[in-house]
Amino acid sequence: MSSQTAAGSGRRNVRHNPGCSLDLDRISSTRVNLSAVERRVATLAGRRSIKAQWQAAWLLRAITLIDLTTLSGDDTCNRVVRLVAKALKPVRSDILDSLGVAPASIRVGAVCVYHGMAECALKARGSSDLPVAVVSTGFPAGLSPFNMRCEEARRSVELGCDEVDIVISRRHVLAGNWQALYEEVSAFREACGNTHMKAILATGELGTLRNVAKASHVCMMAGADFIKTSTGKESVNATLPVALVMLRAIREHHHATGVAVGFKPAGGISRAKQALLYMTLVKEELGRAWLAPERFRFGASSLLTDIERQLEHHATGRYSAGFRHAMG
Amino acid sequence: MSIDVLFDSLEFGPAPESRTVADKWLQSHKHRFGHFVDGRFGKLDDEQGFESTNPATGAVLATLAQGTRKDVDDAVTVAREAFPNWRDAGGPARARHLYAIARAIQKHSRLFAVVETLDNGKPIRESRDIDIPLAARHFYYHAGIAQLVDSSFAEHEPVGVCGQIIPWNFPLLMLAWKLAPALATGNTVVLKPAEFTSLSALLFAEIVADIGLPNGVVNIVTGDGATGEHLVRHEGVDKIAFTGSTEVGRRIRQLTAGSGKSLTLELGGKSPYIVFDDADLDSAVEGLVDAIWFNQGQVCCAGSRLLVQESVAGEMHDRIRRRMDKLRIGDPMDKSIDLGAIVHPVQLRRISELVERGLSEGGHMYQRSTSMPADGCYYPPSLIAGVSPSSILMQEEIFGPVLVSTTFRTPAEAVELANNTRYGLAASVWSENINLALDVAPKLACGVVWINSTNLFDAAAGFGGRRESGFGREGGWEGVTAYLKLKGSGVPRERAKGRQPPSAATPRYGLSTIDRTPKLLIGGRQTRPDSGYSIVVRDPLGNRLSEVGRGNRKDIRNAVECASNASEWRRTSASLRAQILYYIAENLNARAREFTETIVNQTGVSETDAGREVEASMDRLFHYAAWADKFDGHVHGVPIRGVAMAMKEPVGIVGVFCPDEFPLLGLVSTLAPLVAMGNTCVLVPSMAAPLTATDLYQVLQTSDVPPGVVNIVTGYRRELVETVAGHDNIEAIWYFGSPRHIQKVEYASAGNLKRTWAVAGNKIDWLSPSRGQGREFLRNATEIKNIWIPYGEV
Repeated sequence: MSSQTAAGSGRRNVRHNPGCSLDLDRISSTRVNLSAVERRVATLAGRRSIKAQWQAAWLLRAITLIDLTTLSGDDTCNRVVRLVAKALKPVRSDILDSLGVAPASIRVGAVCVYHGMAECALKARGSSDLPVAVVSTGFPAGLSPFNMRCEEARRSVELGCDEVDIVISRRHVLAGNWQALYEEVSAFREACGNTHMKAILATGELGTLRNVAKASHVCMMAGADFIKTSTGKESVNATLPVALVMLRAIREHHHATGVAVGFKPAGGISRAKQALLYMTLVKEELGRAWLAPERFRFGASSLLTDIERQLEHHATGRYSAGFRHAMG
Repeated sequence: MSIDVLFDSLEFGPAPESRTVADKWLQSHKHRFGHFVDGRFGKLDDEQGFESTNPATGAVLATLAQGTRKDVDDAVTVAREAFPNWRDAGGPARARHLYAIARAIQKHSRLFAVVETLDNGKPIRESRDIDIPLAARHFYYHAGIAQLVDSSFAEHEPVGVCGQIIPWNFPLLMLAWKLAPALATGNTVVLKPAEFTSLSALLFAEIVADIGLPNGVVNIVTGDGATGEHLVRHEGVDKIAFTGSTEVGRRIRQLTAGSGKSLTLELGGKSPYIVFDDADLDSAVEGLVDAIWFNQGQVCCAGSRLLVQESVAGEMHDRIRRRMDKLRIGDPMDKSIDLGAIVHPVQLRRISELVERGLSEGGHMYQRSTSMPADGCYYPPSLIAGVSPSSILMQEEIFGPVLVSTTFRTPAEAVELANNTRYGLAASVWSENINLALDVAPKLACGVVWINSTNLFDAAAGFGGRRESGFGREGGWEGVTAYLKLKGSGVPRERAKGRQPPSAATPRYGLSTIDRTPKLLIGGRQTRPDSGYSIVVRDPLGNRLSEVGRGNRKDIRNAVECASNASEWRRTSASLRAQILYYIAENLNARAREFTETIVNQTGVSETDAGREVEASMDRLFHYAAWADKFDGHVHGVPIRGVAMAMKEPVGIVGVFCPDEFPLLGLVSTLAPLVAMGNTCVLVPSMAAPLTATDLYQVLQTSDVPPGVVNIVTGYRRELVETVAGHDNIEAIWYFGSPRHIQKVEYASAGNLKRTWAVAGNKIDWLSPSRGQGREFLRNATEIKNIWIPYGEV
């Protein structure tokens, strides 16, 4: 097992994108052809098939890439404690044993909660290396007063959260006000200091894939360490076409600046098969290096259970049931 | 490999498709197949078998029969016997058979896919997700055509027995493209699959026999080119449909010349893939995977010539190279493979040799950096940049996974480079600017254009080329007519009555009092013949009427030059062309009496008949003026979010030999549809009565016909036929006249594979409003270009 993913090295996701000045030429020359993007993702499943032990290995890897999430109005401290427990021990050890994998090497990428639940999560994870991510800056709509949004991020950082998922103002994108978007994300960046920052684009509310691409570029220029599709609260959340557009933007940014920005699809990814598709897309478009928690996360709550069922099938040869796996 | 190692490496791993059922099928035939004729597999004699191998491994899959002349003869005889019942069964009955075939392909889809991949070497993903579903779709679509053909083509009937020869790159799909329209329209078929890849056709034969297709309707004779040649030469075959190389297509054109066989050819290509600076570059790069690395580049319409705008060329090439590094090459039965095996060592050698030869002429080659399978027949995906248009790599079809690239500066230069080829099959245009894309698409000399996409196929949209990529369309309504003919055509008709035989009496009208010197009409001017000789024109009694110029090779050359310079005609509005045709009719009307006299003088027909001919000629001009802005294209219902526009375009420069039967009506009947559709033409009038043509010069000149649109060269047909048919800048030839020249016309047309429409002049009822004019003429005056336009923004 590589050391970078083994337990003990965690909470490593500090800021790594220094940002750059706003390049409006890159924004205005951005093109996305929807039909061509759809064709690419439509044939993806047919082009790469991951079977047998390869599939088991990929699914285990998928677990390490999950931001295990609860973002509900009825979240309570006990609920979050349960989530953290599951995050630290995501798969039954008998399953891992029969797959020949050391239990210590498998835990999720992070837990992801509201600011109000951060203290519970931090307390629950104790001395473990499980990163705690919070959604911030007026999540999910991002429409509270600007200084309060910045303040929320600062507070999360002060609490000791490892990662802050900020939301952008969709109105800046829809109005084509790239300068305003850049300034907003830069301000959040400043508020987060050296803490790892993911920028949530809420792609389901941006209208077009071109807007998704442009907003991706602006957020990366403003210093986002990750770009993330959705809050999970929009009516359309992560989709493969959106993912492809964002991954290509990340690639372009990487080639232009040398900075490797991460990607987090969130919302609606609940099946192991979907997770494999996203990972395949990442490997095909960006390469193996991006399939690490530093550069890729799934924002998901129920995905883990489906993966556990598939892993048990690998271990036993029998199809599994959800109730056989511990709740998060 | 252990899971914890894979957890780090995250390799894709093997994902092999099972071949068990396919092997069982081969075993059930003891790996030996005779021809499939009259609903049964014949015996396979040991001495005449040949082996079909798996190109990925070299292993022998089966031994097949090499079709002899006798085998072909037997199959044609059986198909001929089956024809009347199949034709008379009617469209709806045939529709049920086609529907059953479509269902059968779907029910056995995985077996077909596995057999195809074993035999051909293409990735199982492609046979499973593309070839087989498209083949099934083709039969479904044509079940619908069968249902509708009786009412939609009431004037037509099937051609008869069709000989169909298909290539090895899409074995079952090409079988479907050939069989479905032929069967739907009531023809019976003898099909020869390519010798490298016959197995899916034999599996198909077995399955259609099971579903109760009448015996003899579909016959399959296996074998190599010699078998194909027996089929092409066979006198009992009414039509040949061929898909394959331009070289073989040309040979087939020559072999069938003068035989009366109808012919469609779908040949090679060197299709441009044009990327403008405002394209979605990543999507354009991904498109290349489907353009040139689809089926190992062994695709007639592969986007094999990358033309990229200078300002983005460096970026584009970088992105292509990075994408190439992700391609996976290997066992075609692996579901995660992008490129499988090249069909045969012969083809692999051809690719290697061409690339080697081409690289000596310049260019930088990049090949994918990861490893290749050690054994089997493989060629790495390759990009050769910096290739000049003069390089053999830009000119010749490589038919392998090799992309060649050059740059352009402006849209006009892109079009020029794109059209700088003898081929004309397909093109891709990448730009996010709709003005640019839709401006460029019609200017490309080809049959299919994909905007922001590539290699899209559907049964509802016609496919086929221009120039040396062949002629005829497959798919859509436009593909149906290739398997139909007008009822009663091909049989001489008795319609020359209505005309009196030349009278023994002296013609009623005397000579003009002032001598006239008819010349040639070239480029809008009346010019003297290059030869300096004239031909005497006499009346039926032998009296000298006048003299006309004796046109020669050089006059034809000059006329074609002028027709070429007048090509702006194709871009004039249809309403303007209509106006001009009306104007010709108006001016003809003003001189109707004079034309009547000239016809009587030259032919000796009665004044009434001559007057009727002049009247009919004016009607004909009105007819095509009416059609000029109404012979619309289609928007096909293809399964994408977008449209496939079937645009009708002029053929280009058309050479015409006018019929002898009616000096004026024959001339007008050919000239008018060509002019109406935007063609320019070089006409050789009937020498039975050439003064009518020369009298028409003034009418044309006073009717605003732009110079060069209509050129008329009088002269001896025997001296001009081969010059016109052999001229590489003439794109089609219409020949109406003595059958003895038809062979020459069709044979010489093989040079640049020009479309030919050659019929004995007396087989067309020129006076008839249903047969002497209309859609048949308009179809021959146009080419159909399918422009695929996917759209969508949200």
